[in-house]
Amino acid sequence: MPAVSFQDVCKTYAGARGTLRALDGVRFDIAQGEFFGLLGPNGAGKTTLISILAGLTRASSGRVTVMGHDVVADYAAARKALGIVPQELVFDPFFSVRETLRIQSGYFGLKHNDAWIDELLQELGLADKAGANMRQLSGGMKRRVLVAQALVHRPPVIVLDEPTAGVDVELRQTLWQFIARLNREGHTVLLTTHYLEEAEALCSRIAMLKQGRVVALDRTANLLAGTASTMLRFKTDQPLPAALAGQARVTGRIVQLKAHDAAEVETLLAALRAAQVKVEDLEIGRADLEDVFLEIMQGATA
Amino acid sequence: MNGVRMLLYKEVLRFWKVGFQTVAAPVLTAVMYLLIFGHVLSDKVEVFDDIGYTRFLIPGLVMMSVLQNAFANSSSSLVQSKITGNLVFLLVTPLSHWAWFTAYVGASVVRGLSVGAGVFLATAWFSPPGLAQPLWILVFALLGAGMLGALGLVAGLWADKFDQMAAFQNFIIMPMTFLSGVFYSVHSLPGFWYQISHLNPFFYMIDGFRRGFFGVSDVSPWLSLGVVGACFLAVSAVALHLLKTGYKLRH
Repeated sequence: MPAVSFQDVCKTYAGARGTLRALDGVRFDIAQGEFFGLLGPNGAGKTTLISILAGLTRASSGRVTVMGHDVVADYAAARKALGIVPQELVFDPFFSVRETLRIQSGYFGLKHNDAWIDELLQELGLADKAGANMRQLSGGMKRRVLVAQALVHRPPVIVLDEPTAGVDVELRQTLWQFIARLNREGHTVLLTTHYLEEAEALCSRIAMLKQGRVVALDRTANLLAGTASTMLRFKTDQPLPAALAGQARVTGRIVQLKAHDAAEVETLLAALRAAQVKVEDLEIGRADLEDVFLEIMQGATA
Repeated sequence: MNGVRMLLYKEVLRFWKVGFQTVAAPVLTAVMYLLIFGHVLSDKVEVFDDIGYTRFLIPGLVMMSVLQNAFANSSSSLVQSKITGNLVFLLVTPLSHWAWFTAYVGASVVRGLSVGAGVFLATAWFSPPGLAQPLWILVFALLGAGMLGALGLVAGLWADKFDQMAAFQNFIIMPMTFLSGVFYSVHSLPGFWYQISHLNPFFYMIDGFRRGFFGVSDVSPWLSLGVVGACFLAVSAVALHLLKTGYKLRH
């Protein structure tokens, strides 16, 4: 039995300018114990898909199960098996951190949950904030409480919707250590993120969404192996020749060019020399997930 | 079952933490009404025989406070949670629509009765109204608070903005409570308005409630019970249906 199963999920919104197809036949499974990444540009349908999984949104057609439980027909069992960290930084201003966690436990019918709440507070670096009102916490601290809230009922499936957006380095590390531990202990993790290096480091398998469709679904290692394996990176202040400008990825002064083999690297360098482009900090490296991502997003026709 | 209890507890704790605003303030408002209207109108308004105007006014003010605060509790809690987004914490739980209904309406009843008891204690010593048939007091307080709690739930689900919520409260709930016979006996009204008053369900709540104190009322308490009971069931059915279908909650 898969931990999560998306079966031909479609979602259309009726808007003023006709219907918008947010999800178009999404179909894949996440096995129990996997650390799974869901990637895609803004508006690809990631959050819609996760909202359907959590029961916050209803699919127009198709079916979603969590640990074998249909999220609509058998919603109580499905939601007990699921812990969601929402993307928005929301909180209830009436309560303290500990009250918030006790209340959330209570919703799931858990009465004496303080040992686990204490462990969550400890692991997420919230122990000294337990008595503080939610309003007094910084954004990063509120984010930690959101994570703790999603975990109060020890769900076998954990969903993190861009949990590190706008979060400092310390929390990112604390968070990933803890989530990785839970994953080792058998929890399934579904992660959406914009930080591709995070997905590369953490996820064993990845699905990429574009305009509501799955355009790639494979083990992370296979995705990395399946693309042009070499990247030429350098810095320059000068414009690139037209022939190269089209295929280059430029971030400020940094230019990245794709090369399939050593001969192509030489061709590229020759072209740069011919155009009298002054190159600094030249390096040749392996393609990373970002390169794969861009290649797939550019290539995929939805 | 545990989950419902926690949601009820949380909803009660929510208003209790701001008790000055949610309990003390409405009690003070009701005392003001009593002092001002009781003084100004005591010789001008004709109510039941042998019952002074201030005595007559007290149960009406108590019930008006019960109703308005029961409505305010569920509606403001829901609208706030929707607008700030923290309703998501509830939406991801296994709680059923019955659980939501029970907890939100239950907390409304607790708030309504707390404020009502406060108003009664603060006003009764001006002119003790007596407790002729106390069971009616209890029945109408519970049913009235329950109905307004359910109505608040419906309004809270419907409203997308605080503005819409305020409109519901000020243009529907306030006029209906003020025109229900809190400050007068409907028998003192001209024919047309006397007839109209009988179409207002709030009239039956106040009249039945007052019956419990004085043993007299404008209409039979059994008729009032029938009307209020039917209204409670109808509004509850609507609220439960909206919760079950996820109206404005699950898109």
